Amino acid sequence: MALDDRKLNATEERLAAMTVPDVGCTKTARQSALARVRAMGLPARRDEYWKFTRPDTLVQPEAPKAAVFASDEAWVFDAIDRLKIVFVDGVFNADLSDDLTLEGVEIDRLEDVCCQDNHWAEDFYGTLEANSHDPVERPLAALNTAFAGDGVTIRVTGKPSKPISLIYTHESETSDVFLHHVVRVESGAEATILENGPAAARFNKCFEIDIADGGTLHHIRAQGRDHERRAAAHMFARLGKESVYKSFTLTVNGVLTRNETVIELTGDDAVAHVAGACLGDGDFHHDDTVFITHDAVNCESRQVFKKVLRNGATGVFQGKILVKPGAQKTDGYQISQSLLLDDDSQFLAKPELEIYADDVACSHGSTSGAIDEDALFYLRARGVPKDIATDLLTLAFLAEAVDEIENEEIADEINGRLEGWLERRRG
Amino acid sequence: MLEIKNLKVKLEEEDKQILKGVDLTVEAGKVHAIMGPNGSGKSTLSYVLSGRDGYEVTEGSATLEGEDLLELEPEERAALGLFLAFQYPVEIPGVGNMTFLRTAVNAQRKARGQEEMSAAEFLKVIRAKAKTLKIDADMLKRPVNVGFSGGEKKRNEILQMAMLEPKMCILDETDSGLDVDAMKLVSEGVNALRDAGRGFLVITHYQRLLDHIKPDVVHIMADGRIVKTGGPELALEVEQNGYADILSEVA
Repeated sequence: MALDDRKLNATEERLAAMTVPDVGCTKTARQSALARVRAMGLPARRDEYWKFTRPDTLVQPEAPKAAVFASDEAWVFDAIDRLKIVFVDGVFNADLSDDLTLEGVEIDRLEDVCCQDNHWAEDFYGTLEANSHDPVERPLAALNTAFAGDGVTIRVTGKPSKPISLIYTHESETSDVFLHHVVRVESGAEATILENGPAAARFNKCFEIDIADGGTLHHIRAQGRDHERRAAAHMFARLGKESVYKSFTLTVNGVLTRNETVIELTGDDAVAHVAGACLGDGDFHHDDTVFITHDAVNCESRQVFKKVLRNGATGVFQGKILVKPGAQKTDGYQISQSLLLDDDSQFLAKPELEIYADDVACSHGSTSGAIDEDALFYLRARGVPKDIATDLLTLAFLAEAVDEIENEEIADEINGRLEGWLERRRG
Repeated sequence: MLEIKNLKVKLEEEDKQILKGVDLTVEAGKVHAIMGPNGSGKSTLSYVLSGRDGYEVTEGSATLEGEDLLELEPEERAALGLFLAFQYPVEIPGVGNMTFLRTAVNAQRKARGQEEMSAAEFLKVIRAKAKTLKIDADMLKRPVNVGFSGGEKKRNEILQMAMLEPKMCILDETDSGLDVDAMKLVSEGVNALRDAGRGFLVITHYQRLLDHIKPDVVHIMADGRIVKTGGPELALEVEQNGYADILSEVA
């Protein structure tokens, strides 16, 4: 179908301002991604998939300015022993990063993909993104594949002793950044990837994750800090037999965040958990869009999304479980809930199930509510002041999502962030 | 200790008078019981004293050791030493029982200008008190009242009371939903807290609880007023003859 003029113009206007970078031997993949962008057109206001989130500022040629948040607050995960990979406004910084060697994992930069013969990522870069556009198109991800200036390739071959930590710092008010990472977890291998930092004024990030049979990946990210930053992130994961992928995302601050998660369970007995907790205050729009496809027998998927919203903040959840013919014994669970701390905030949810197998258990639920007055009174009657009681109940509301983090140390870091955020707003 | 004078209360949402002039004084070291038929205003009295929303005091006063309770927030009343054991303890998913209690104990200490209890000290104290109430470690770790049986919830109320060491304890139908053994356990917990400096107001339908927690004074409440006051024998009279005789006698 031909694009309408408005969409075509908006897309070409954006593309005119950019050049496909020459990074590693990803040229073919980039060119086909560019063709996909042109065919699909960039997201527009009237697109069904963008019904609840205005894509304008993610699409326009210039990134809207975003002030760099000055704070002496320690960065999340600082207390954790990890291998640090630092990007400053989307550019890898060797001085700030650790040596990229760690037993059980091979880490390269995207630009190195070419320098080695038959690099594993050569044929993988862009493939999960390319396969993700049916039934819904994800043009911002294709845009990323075409224009990503930097990124890493992570191949997990064993069980590395510490998490691999991607840190995105933001120094320029106008930085417009594309990062594309690819990950392969080999059979039986297991690793943890951490991500944090505001990254840029406008950040477009793509993660392609391929987990082989029996592989396990824990993926925890914290998006936050800078109030004016914008981000569109895509996380693509393909899971083999008996593999496990567990992700958790914390989002605080940021005027606009669109997190798309696309997971395909392609091997029997695979497990995918996707969880998110978000705290929004004021000019804050946060969108979790999740698409999980069950295409094998006896797989489990679990989506747990919790949003705390106040002062006019908006939360969006679009979550879908697609059970393909033959994907029997599927166990699918999806819950999206918001805690609205005032009347000005809103939560928009579109939970979907589409099932083509007859022996499955899928459940989904979505709720919006205020603080439970009975619980609040009970706490106050025991002497807990109202603001602290409200915070306790807020943390309790988020707990189901945070509990998805298996590593206690990492969960403590996330809880510390949540408590800090609540405390600062208590004044 | 607790002094209630001519307390008149209506519902905030509708024009319905619930308490129509309650007069009641509970002295330190004494146990007062309030009995009365359903709808007489017993639970409303406990909620108004502890500061629950939804009620409007139209006349009268309530003071704890001379401090005006009705002007204070619920947490301030608690810090002054007022404690309400709930008829229906609230389940709070996601908040650990231990975290809840420690937050409460330390918030009250802070409000009174006392030093907060350290984690280690708190643990030591709570373990000892939990043991006497047959509350196991698992119950302490679980979210507040979630998945607790009726008896466990009431024991948990008494544990909170023991930890917070209030001056004035109001027990709102603590016997409801308890079997004989649980009632005995809960009563022992309450009796262990009886001392010269502490007052109790025990609200109940039945005399049964008062076999275990022996009151000094028994009040009969009906239609928003205390209609009769007497000794423990009054509770026995209710048990034998029901409320009808007493109510017709005072009518």
